[in-house]
Amino acid sequence: MKVALFITCLTDTFYPRTGIAVVKVMEKLGHSVEFPQGQTCCGQPMFNNGFHDEARELARRMIEVFEASEVVVTPSGSCAAMIRENFHELFHGDPQWEKRSSALAAKTYDFVEFLVKVLKVDLKQLGAQWDGHVTYHYSCHLRGLGVTNETPVVLSQINGVKYTPLEKMDQCCGFGGTFAIKYPQISGTMSRDKVECISRSGAPIVVSNDAGCTMNIAGSCRRENKPVAFKHAAELIAESMGLLDRHDDPVCGTE
Amino acid sequence: MTTTPQQPLKNAKDVKIHEGAPSDGSSFGALPGGGNIMEIHDGNPLAPPLPYDLSPKANLATQDPHLQKFVNQATVARDGNRKKVCLEVFGDNYTRFKELAGSIKQHTLDHLDYYLEQFIDNATAAGTKVHFAKDAAEANAICVQIALENKVKLVVKSKSMVTEETHLVPELEALGIEAVETDLGEYILQIDHDYPSHIVTPMIHKDRVATAKAFQRVLGVAYTEEPAELAQIARNHLRQKYRKADMGMSGGNFAVAETGSLVICTNEGNGRLSTSAPRVHVAFVGIEKLIPRREHLSVFLKLLARSSTGQPLTVYTHIMTGPKRAAEPDGPEQMHVILVDNGRTEALRAETREMLRCIRCGACLNACPVYRKIGGHAYGAVYSGPIGAILTPMLKGLENYPDLPNASSLCGACYEACPVRINIPKYLIQLRKDMVTRKISNPIERLIYRAWARSLVYLWTYRMAGWGQKIVFRAKSRMSGTMGKGDPYSARGWVSSFPGPVGAWTGQRDMPTPPAKSFRAWWDETHRK
Repeated sequence: MKVALFITCLTDTFYPRTGIAVVKVMEKLGHSVEFPQGQTCCGQPMFNNGFHDEARELARRMIEVFEASEVVVTPSGSCAAMIRENFHELFHGDPQWEKRSSALAAKTYDFVEFLVKVLKVDLKQLGAQWDGHVTYHYSCHLRGLGVTNETPVVLSQINGVKYTPLEKMDQCCGFGGTFAIKYPQISGTMSRDKVECISRSGAPIVVSNDAGCTMNIAGSCRRENKPVAFKHAAELIAESMGLLDRHDDPVCGTE
Repeated sequence: MTTTPQQPLKNAKDVKIHEGAPSDGSSFGALPGGGNIMEIHDGNPLAPPLPYDLSPKANLATQDPHLQKFVNQATVARDGNRKKVCLEVFGDNYTRFKELAGSIKQHTLDHLDYYLEQFIDNATAAGTKVHFAKDAAEANAICVQIALENKVKLVVKSKSMVTEETHLVPELEALGIEAVETDLGEYILQIDHDYPSHIVTPMIHKDRVATAKAFQRVLGVAYTEEPAELAQIARNHLRQKYRKADMGMSGGNFAVAETGSLVICTNEGNGRLSTSAPRVHVAFVGIEKLIPRREHLSVFLKLLARSSTGQPLTVYTHIMTGPKRAAEPDGPEQMHVILVDNGRTEALRAETREMLRCIRCGACLNACPVYRKIGGHAYGAVYSGPIGAILTPMLKGLENYPDLPNASSLCGACYEACPVRINIPKYLIQLRKDMVTRKISNPIERLIYRAWARSLVYLWTYRMAGWGQKIVFRAKSRMSGTMGKGDPYSARGWVSSFPGPVGAWTGQRDMPTPPAKSFRAWWDETHRK
């Protein structure tokens, strides 16, 4: 299969290793990866804040950029949700763009969702090995995508992984895009709750598949002096398949 | 921005300290017995001066250790119960069942004129007097008139959100009519001069220590924290009121058009006593409470208590069709239903109609991470939580509550929990869109979003922005000596303070910097031919 990677703004700039892991895993599984150069942002911040004309312009761009692709995979659930859940709303009453946006929605997947639901990969058969204790942050936008326990399922296929679920696993970490800036005290209180749950899990590594959540939770763990490391499932999988050197860099405690 | 518990407040007179605090209200301080729940209290927190500014109250709530503990424990437990019992009973059909309930409600709302007429005809035929109130003032006036005509001195009230919405009790009290809340939670709040903070669990922000102290102080009983004893004290006190009451009041969970029946669901039996012991029964019912047929109750009764508290059914389900008949020994001589509009017809417009499906189960409050942190009073209105964040601006004006649709991370937990499938995040965004269109939002903010969007339309400006973030954050991190070394695609530094909007971020948590190289750089190096 020819997989088009939608890297997303935050992953491109803040978490490039996640993108590298996605490419390496896909190629190892025998799929070719393309990276349409014209891609920028899906328009989610504008959409969520009510700037729908602006969001529509960015959505059109996304649709054009990925129109020729067979399948679009992104390491961010919230950006996948923007395309799948919200694009159609922007083009309501415009049959031509409605059709084009539905076509993109139908071929767009979150990375882990794609591995489990489309490729039906079983990492056990590939001899994946990764020794360590992890917990997992469930990003809210996966709810809308119908993604529930895919990441824990993948983790269970990797030899050596000890997984402890988070308490209040489905409670938002408090990121919420501009919410974190507009209502910092509420957002910060939510984040500190998540930090406590991570702390109680006892796991030194948090698997977190959305760059926004990761920036928020990792930044909060650092502020609260909790030396845990963060990685995207794609990175852990790539490491378990020997495609990337293992890096467990805790957010604090090493300086 | 925030006030720590040790700092004196600016407006000490505006602060109400519940228990044992210094009487001048000058400081927060931990109090003996652990009762330091406090709140800004300039009159009724659910009817604040408008436009309402959410942040000061919400921020105080996040600093209140008792609120954090009680609200978190109760909501997490209830949300957990809901999921457990609903999955047990409905299994894979849970979502489909919620969709069925939503579609019944939606059908009713789409044909509300028809079902209202049907309800009025059938209720009238059963002997109920049906009134129609276009707003809160009219609803209260109708109720006051009924009370005066019947020379009512004492009213016993079952729980009703609509009477909270219309602020009925103070109006009755102003006329010298005693109005006693009989729902245990509401009763405790009433004697403690406090206000409900949850649709279903009104005193979710208090614990039994607060209850015990209020009972001791107001009712003059011996101090006890034993739940059974507390309930017995309330029961003894309320029984006297039921005996003497001339009028009983209730809300209505459902109004059945086919039969003209009113349905109320309660757990304490106070609903039954309030609506059957006094000679007059007056119910305040929002016009959206209609359902077409009695058989539809089988859908809603299966969902209401399970969504709300995780119970299969509430302990009592009353179906009331008219007052006492000649041959019947019990029941009121008069039954009045006041159908309250109060902004609902306006909300029936196409874009927001779905919101009126709400059956007030409180599941969205229990599921909401924001509600769990700020409690109900911070919403500054009778309806709190996710549903309140939409209903309040719709019923009271978006310009009066601009924070409510914004103070959400759009996590979608409410939509998952809602038994009638109201897509709350979608409507929060709709209201944000309305604020942009109506120019209610900040003009500078509008400019920033427009400029931001423009910068993402072109690849070169997008790349410039990414590059700019990298340069600035990494420079700042280097200055503080936090820059990590190693892999250019993952080694990063941290920023712990920053000017401008980023400062709102760094006020709470650190900001990771980008690594030295972007994904695009790697792609260009490894894959680009």
